[in-house]
Amino acid sequence: MELQIGLPLFYFLLLGFAILMYVLLDGFDLGIGILYPWFNTDAEHDHLMRSISHVWDGNETWLVFGGVILFGAFPLAYASIASLLYLPIMLMLIGLIFRGVAFEYRFKSHTSKIWWNRAFAIGSSLAAFCQGLMLGVLVQGVDADSIASSSLQWLTPFSLFTGLAVMAGYALLGCTYLTMKSRGDIQQKAARYGQRLLLFVMLAMLLVSLFTLYRQPEIRDRWFGGAHSLILMLLPLMAVLAARLLFRDLGRVQRQFAAEADISIRHESRPFWLAASLFLLAFAGLVAGLFPYLLPHQISFYTAAAPDSSLSFMLPGVLIFLPLILAYTLWGYHIFRGKVEDYEEGY
Amino acid sequence: MELDAALLSRLQFAFTVSFHIIFPSITIGLATLIAIWEGLWLKTGNPLYLQLAKFWIKPFAITFGMGVVSGIVLSYEFGTNFSEFSRITGAVLGPLMAYEVLTAFFLEAGFLGIMLFGWQRVGPKLHFMATVVVAVGTWISAFWIIAANSWMHTPAGHIIVDGVFQVDSWWQVIFNPSMPYRFTHMLLAAFITGTFVVLATSAWQLRHSEHKNMARKGLSMTLWLALILTPLQAYVGDLHGLNVKEHQPVKLAAMEGIWAEREAGAPLLLFAIPDRVAEKNHFEIGIPKLASLILTHDPDGELMGLKAVPADERPNVAVVFFSFRVMVGIGVLMILTAFTGAFLRWRGTLYQSRWFLTACSYLAPSGIIAVLAGWYVVEVGRQPWLVHGLIRTIDVVSPLPAERVLFSLTLFVLTYSLLFGVYLYFMRKLIRKGPPPMEKLSQQLIGVKASGYAVALAKHIKPEQEQH
Repeated sequence: MELQIGLPLFYFLLLGFAILMYVLLDGFDLGIGILYPWFNTDAEHDHLMRSISHVWDGNETWLVFGGVILFGAFPLAYASIASLLYLPIMLMLIGLIFRGVAFEYRFKSHTSKIWWNRAFAIGSSLAAFCQGLMLGVLVQGVDADSIASSSLQWLTPFSLFTGLAVMAGYALLGCTYLTMKSRGDIQQKAARYGQRLLLFVMLAMLLVSLFTLYRQPEIRDRWFGGAHSLILMLLPLMAVLAARLLFRDLGRVQRQFAAEADISIRHESRPFWLAASLFLLAFAGLVAGLFPYLLPHQISFYTAAAPDSSLSFMLPGVLIFLPLILAYTLWGYHIFRGKVEDYEEGY
Repeated sequence: MELDAALLSRLQFAFTVSFHIIFPSITIGLATLIAIWEGLWLKTGNPLYLQLAKFWIKPFAITFGMGVVSGIVLSYEFGTNFSEFSRITGAVLGPLMAYEVLTAFFLEAGFLGIMLFGWQRVGPKLHFMATVVVAVGTWISAFWIIAANSWMHTPAGHIIVDGVFQVDSWWQVIFNPSMPYRFTHMLLAAFITGTFVVLATSAWQLRHSEHKNMARKGLSMTLWLALILTPLQAYVGDLHGLNVKEHQPVKLAAMEGIWAEREAGAPLLLFAIPDRVAEKNHFEIGIPKLASLILTHDPDGELMGLKAVPADERPNVAVVFFSFRVMVGIGVLMILTAFTGAFLRWRGTLYQSRWFLTACSYLAPSGIIAVLAGWYVVEVGRQPWLVHGLIRTIDVVSPLPAERVLFSLTLFVLTYSLLFGVYLYFMRKLIRKGPPPMEKLSQQLIGVKASGYAVALAKHIKPEQEQH
């Protein structure tokens, strides 16, 4: 029995890992697309684009990975969730298409540049918003039998709010990434926007948590009953702590600029890791509430799991290639380390 | 008219997958060519190779980008539009795609950044390695997705439990009966597509641009490649056809336009208009007995016809029949081009032959058209089955409201039409702009502005200087 649960559980965790990686990595580069309209000059836009043009493709691959793990390990869940969220998925894909091609075409355009700026900003925002929408739908729960009906169950005030919240969260990640990758005015702006966004993100996390606890008794019982609720309580506490540190660091980046002092590299990169840990904690809280469901109260990971023959076939692939992928992805980031200005346009 | 969600879903998938395949077909060949040029540059030091690599890396980049964004769509469309299909075949197809992502997509994406933007950040050998990795990644990707696709044509190695597919032997699933043929055929097709894009562009450059030396090198290389690859493709295609005859005789009957239940000494039809209702062809023009000769190696050999199965198990014959002729026609044209080129080269007039160069420059999209036509033969020819003999397409479409699918289909048609125009515009722009000037490249050769070292060195020195 334990073995039977073991493999599906592994893939449930792997799916979680893939989603988390996607949210963190594509989060900061979608975030830069969301922030894009708040930067004005061509030079600033160049800078923003160049800070991620070498990584966006790899970051987006995590989305495909999440999709195929869901497909291969939990076919039932993939089939229901994908057709249930038909419209948000389609709109997200359209958004990703426009912002993806903008990378290639913007640098090669003259007269049409403004359109690629728009495609990048709107596409990134749309994709992020749709992802937030889907998050909202999964959190509030939805009826899997409603695929055929033309009702728009996924469109509720709550899911609209989570859409905006995820946009803000991604923008925050983008700000902290920019703080790490730039100097001067851009860094300043990023740190300033980052502080404001952080306040909104914390507020949103609080509201979403309260709403979920209020609406879903099972989750309430899980959080406020039994000994493990003490461990769970650590999550919001650590989140508040991380937010506090992040706010301070972003403020320090601004003050040190005003004093025209050199900021140590460590302080410039720490906001990114703090923002990432904020996402990690929020994600852990989410999983703690949803476990063991892929679609709340309807499809759990063990009912949706593919047969053992499929799960064990993928296992060596995951165990061998995932560490390799992480290694060369890290290496790629290492090659392009430092500030954007320091690497010349390549090709 | 009542909207049919199933039909719309199928149209949408056909449209999005057709759009997508254009780009990988080019990038698989182009990545391989760029890797070869970079390797040759490292080996010989001839800057013309570097110029070719640097020139083609830009068209490669935009093509690759188009392939990535249109590919993500597909990985979700199985679930959104064919949910029942995903549910019952997910345990077979999902893991194959998981391996595609693990062994190919991440690899390509991870090293693409270095290939495109890393010239100044890594040494030339490491950069070459990144390019090779990207090229190999495209092949691996083709391997897995062709394995998945082939399984839907010639399913093997599975068992069905409660209506859901499970795998009994992964080896048989991956190396299913049609997979080796389809994989070889498609990989060659992609190499040829890339080759003809470069061949056509080089021919155009020889006539219209000042970069004649690079254009000669490009034309010469791709003509040699075409001379080897196109006849080889004809041979592999023939083997693939025999494989279809064995496993999907109905598809073959549609390709050849054979109606009678069994036909001995079937002619090779050059033209005909198949009529599904009357169950016969109009205006047939054919070479007697040739189809039988090719497919059974006997002029009087028997072939199975469409009437051997009920009408509801036949594909749309006209689409399959004409697509097949388009593909073969272009193939013949390519072989003729390759041999004419070789003949002119032997005569020593290749680079001066204006008519030949002009003709070649029109062949830029030939590979893409042939690939699309070939896929229509394969995919339309399999209908009404989605998994041959086991799952009918119509039974596994998501029960979505038709308006919703119509909405997304409209969005895709608008988006892709726009982007295709944009893609052609930028391809044209990049080709007209030409390669980076030779002087800049020879500097790289000597090492003044060479990749990596100078910049890296400067950066390591800087902080120390500032301290003093």
